Amino acid sequence: MFKWIHLFGSSPFVYRAASWLAPVFGFGAAVCILVGLYLGLVVAPADYEQGDSYRIIFVHVPSAWMSMFVYMVMATSSAVFLIWRMKLADIVAWASAPIGASFTLIALVSGAFWGKPMWGTYWIWDARLTSELLLLFIYLGYMALRSSIEQPQTAARAAAILAVVGVVNIPIIHFSVEWWNTLHQPATISKLDKPSMHISMLRPLLLMVAGFQLLYFHQLMVRVKTGILQREGRTAWVAELVANNRV
Amino acid sequence: MTPKRKQRLLLVAAMLVGVSVAVIFLLKAFNSNIMLFQSPSDIIAGKVKEGSRFRIGGMVVEGSVERGDTGLTTQFQLTDTANKVPVIYEGILPDLFSEGQGIVAMGSLDSSGLFVATEVLAKHDENYMPPEVADALKKAGKMPGTAANYGGSTVVNP
Repeated sequence: MFKWIHLFGSSPFVYRAASWLAPVFGFGAAVCILVGLYLGLVVAPADYEQGDSYRIIFVHVPSAWMSMFVYMVMATSSAVFLIWRMKLADIVAWASAPIGASFTLIALVSGAFWGKPMWGTYWIWDARLTSELLLLFIYLGYMALRSSIEQPQTAARAAAILAVVGVVNIPIIHFSVEWWNTLHQPATISKLDKPSMHISMLRPLLLMVAGFQLLYFHQLMVRVKTGILQREGRTAWVAELVANNRV
Repeated sequence: MTPKRKQRLLLVAAMLVGVSVAVIFLLKAFNSNIMLFQSPSDIIAGKVKEGSRFRIGGMVVEGSVERGDTGLTTQFQLTDTANKVPVIYEGILPDLFSEGQGIVAMGSLDSSGLFVATEVLAKHDENYMPPEVADALKKAGKMPGTAANYGGSTVVNP
């Protein structure tokens, strides 16, 4: 039943699949983000309380959401790598770390730019902001740990353990605005409630979330290809790709 | 699943459970420190020492804002719907500051129970809508509330 899973152990297959998928995801991301930005910045009305300043939400929320989503991918694939020693899972975790760190940084910086005009401060050490900053440090720590150990197998295992342990921070970020009192407001969109946002603003926000999601998948495919080439540079199938100018 | 893999699976699971339990205890122990602000009820109940610096959070009571004749001094009352605490602040208020708005102020209590603030930050809610929709909802009395967490209790406002 799970015979197909062995296909993902085959580097040439994954490489070909990633080469095919990267532009598809990239195109989808460009369409979603361009349409989302137009609907969000031009078509959507101003907010009753925050005026035009609320439009930072169209970058802030998607990147904050992706900072957590990418981490979940990284932690899951790290666990798969630890248990089944699957090479591809390690490559996915390795490839995701800098992408996730970038989304986290964008969420923190765009949040600061939003905080100054609305709250009156760029930064406050409340539970939401602090736990999101911790997430950035976990990403950076993961990358630092990987590159500080020379033996690739040891580096991969040590980093995978860090990624699995760090997943504890994800529910803390998500529930921080409910467990403790914070300056940050509670979630606008949650699964159980209907969203606290007018449809004219919600539509571009969801488009931007989809766009950022596709952007991550695009980046992931590109980096997975790089990761495979780094590990398999000396194999016959890569030599054949190079000979045919198809890398 | 081979025995070796099963063993590794159990090891990863045990590691996650162990770390989670440790973090839960840690967060429980530091719970009051992670809270960003105290509510007016906490202060009335005497949970804060006079003279110590801390943050207070609540909603500005409607009709309580008094601006000084000269300078930037503003005096108002903060409430968590149960209790009220008077606050005085000298400085520029954030644009969102208004009656009924949630705010968080940093400062200390003087001997008369007045909170002398050195910084006032505005909270905003998680609802986003065009002004016309907000007006219509207000007229109909159906403005959505925000589940603001003031101190230990969650207050739904309004």
